[in-house]
Amino acid sequence: MAAAADRILEVRDLVKHFPLTSGVVLKRQIGAIKAVDGVSFDLNRGETLGIVGESGCGKSTLAKLLMALERPTSGSVKVNGREIANARGGELKRMRRNIQMVMQDPYTSLNPRMTVGDIVGEPYDIHTEVAPKGDRRKKVQELLEVVGLNPDHINRYPHQFSGGQRQRIGIARGLALQPEVIVCDEPVSALDVSIQAQVINLLERLQREFSLAYIFIAHDLSVVRHISDRVGVMYLGKFVELGKDAEIYDRPAHPYTQALLSAVPVPDPEGREQRERIILQGDPPSPANPPSGCRFRTRCWKAQEICAEQEPLLQIRPGTAHASACHFAETHDVVHVN
Amino acid sequence: MKKRSATDVLPAEGGLGNEPLLTVDNLHVEFHTRAGIVRAVNGVSYSLSAGETLAVLGESGSGKSVTAQAIMGILDMPPAVIPKGEIRFHGTNLLTLSEEGRTQVRGERIAMIFQDALSALNPVFTVGWQISEMFRVHRGMSKRDGMKKAVELMDKVRIPAARQRVNDYPHQFSGGMRQRIMIAMSIALDPEVLIADEPTTALDVTVQAQIMELLAELQRESNMGLILITHDLGVVADVADKISVMYAGRIVENAPVHDIYKAPAHPYSKGLLDSIPRVDHKGQELYAIKGLPPNLLDMPTGCAFHPRCPYRQDNCVTDVPPLYEISGVRSSACHYWREVLDGSRG
Repeated sequence: MAAAADRILEVRDLVKHFPLTSGVVLKRQIGAIKAVDGVSFDLNRGETLGIVGESGCGKSTLAKLLMALERPTSGSVKVNGREIANARGGELKRMRRNIQMVMQDPYTSLNPRMTVGDIVGEPYDIHTEVAPKGDRRKKVQELLEVVGLNPDHINRYPHQFSGGQRQRIGIARGLALQPEVIVCDEPVSALDVSIQAQVINLLERLQREFSLAYIFIAHDLSVVRHISDRVGVMYLGKFVELGKDAEIYDRPAHPYTQALLSAVPVPDPEGREQRERIILQGDPPSPANPPSGCRFRTRCWKAQEICAEQEPLLQIRPGTAHASACHFAETHDVVHVN
Repeated sequence: MKKRSATDVLPAEGGLGNEPLLTVDNLHVEFHTRAGIVRAVNGVSYSLSAGETLAVLGESGSGKSVTAQAIMGILDMPPAVIPKGEIRFHGTNLLTLSEEGRTQVRGERIAMIFQDALSALNPVFTVGWQISEMFRVHRGMSKRDGMKKAVELMDKVRIPAARQRVNDYPHQFSGGMRQRIMIAMSIALDPEVLIADEPTTALDVTVQAQIMELLAELQRESNMGLILITHDLGVVADVADKISVMYAGRIVENAPVHDIYKAPAHPYSKGLLDSIPRVDHKGQELYAIKGLPPNLLDMPTGCAFHPRCPYRQDNCVTDVPPLYEISGVRSSACHYWREVLDGSRG
């Protein structure tokens, strides 16, 4: 474990339940969507933590909690040792300068009535101390250039750009305040392959230059491996496995991680017939009513009685060097063909 | 009125010996817009035999989907114009066929799966109604028999509790299930060619694996020809027999799947392969193809890839490279394909 001074983000037992209500006038709570249900991790300066999981596993809600865009039901998020989850007003505003976000959907996250210059420069309106008014246009143009857009397009509107270009506008906006932490929620999934590599390289270069820390949320496991130092695998609101990138990818211990990795197509047809594939059946259960005990047990081929009764904790288990939440954790390489 | 069957216009299945099922020959598609003429497809040729999987690989704007829409005959004309080229299905040029003739081919013998199932399905009709529409329109079946068929198909694409879910609406299904409904609709009439346009792009990897497995199984069962349009080099490596790589409306490389991954013969294919991160090992900094894909309204002279190409020489700026034949099954549209092939990945 790194020294506490290097730790920039500290997340403990974070829980977010969205209430399900019935009735119009007298609303009764009849249940809750357990979107994030007890997540803990640390993030160090200059480090990238990748978070992978299927849609609906709570990774985007987790991102919003880190930004204090959603308030947690319980648990804490500390940025530089200060609690952001309960911060209000000016204090929250100051803290948010340090933790910025790149959103998932470039179509809905950009205001169609604002020019690109206004969108990328808007953070400077809120945090006026970062750039004096006269410098803004130049700064915005630099940012556009850095993300691979033509700086002359500063007066264009989002609809004049392709989906990939729009996502780069979003990235420019995230970079504008030079934060210490950037939460990237699927930042490259909308980009073309050749452009994706440019953006990943850009993110890596910026990380080196400013020792940025990233929370990198994506469903593309290859991209996550490339950029991450550590990786957390989420299933139905919980981390099922957390470790260094080589530990997760080469020695996965949780059956869900193994299934997820085996489903990733490898861009090499050699030995495609021999590759091990674990095809999970069906969809993940509803987070409103997750299975008892281990949440993965309904789709797991190792499930036994204990899995329904006792919830496996995220801890280091015999035979593995990193934390996993499975009673029958056992490392098994599914990615490489023997 | 008695419906004529498609065989009135076209020869019956498998009547042509070695002739490929579907041949696209020197196809050009233009869009006449207020800003000018957008040449989306500039002389694309490929062929597909029964049981074969052809992957058409390319980025957005490369013309891969427009080619598919031209095959299906679902381009809006105008603004689209097809000034040149042929699309032969069992030897018959679809482009000169009457609208009636095309309707008999479309959906019945060539079917298509779209990328975004939620917007491709009609939100105000039940999925059962939409699947059974195929039988009502093409086969003149009654509503009741059509619904029965819809349940059978939903079972076939492994939608759980099909009988109960046949009267549900698209929004009540998950993304993977919606894509299965799309597949059910497309295979309803046992087509000979299935065009899948980015069928798994919007889906999670685990669901993607389920869908690709389903497609492969259906293909094996009925010996369909499959055109898989995608930008995902991983999916292609998993399922394709041969690959056509498209860039700016042209095919830049044709190759069997093993050859291209071992040694690409066009700088663009090579760049793509070098630029993808791998799940099986952590590489160094990714190779990134510099620059942006060209504006189709304002195409570069000569080879369209030359502004981004590390192999560029003077003649690339002036001469459009033809599709050089490398071997019987491989071709590359690069003047310097020998150099690209030699300097290939180890």
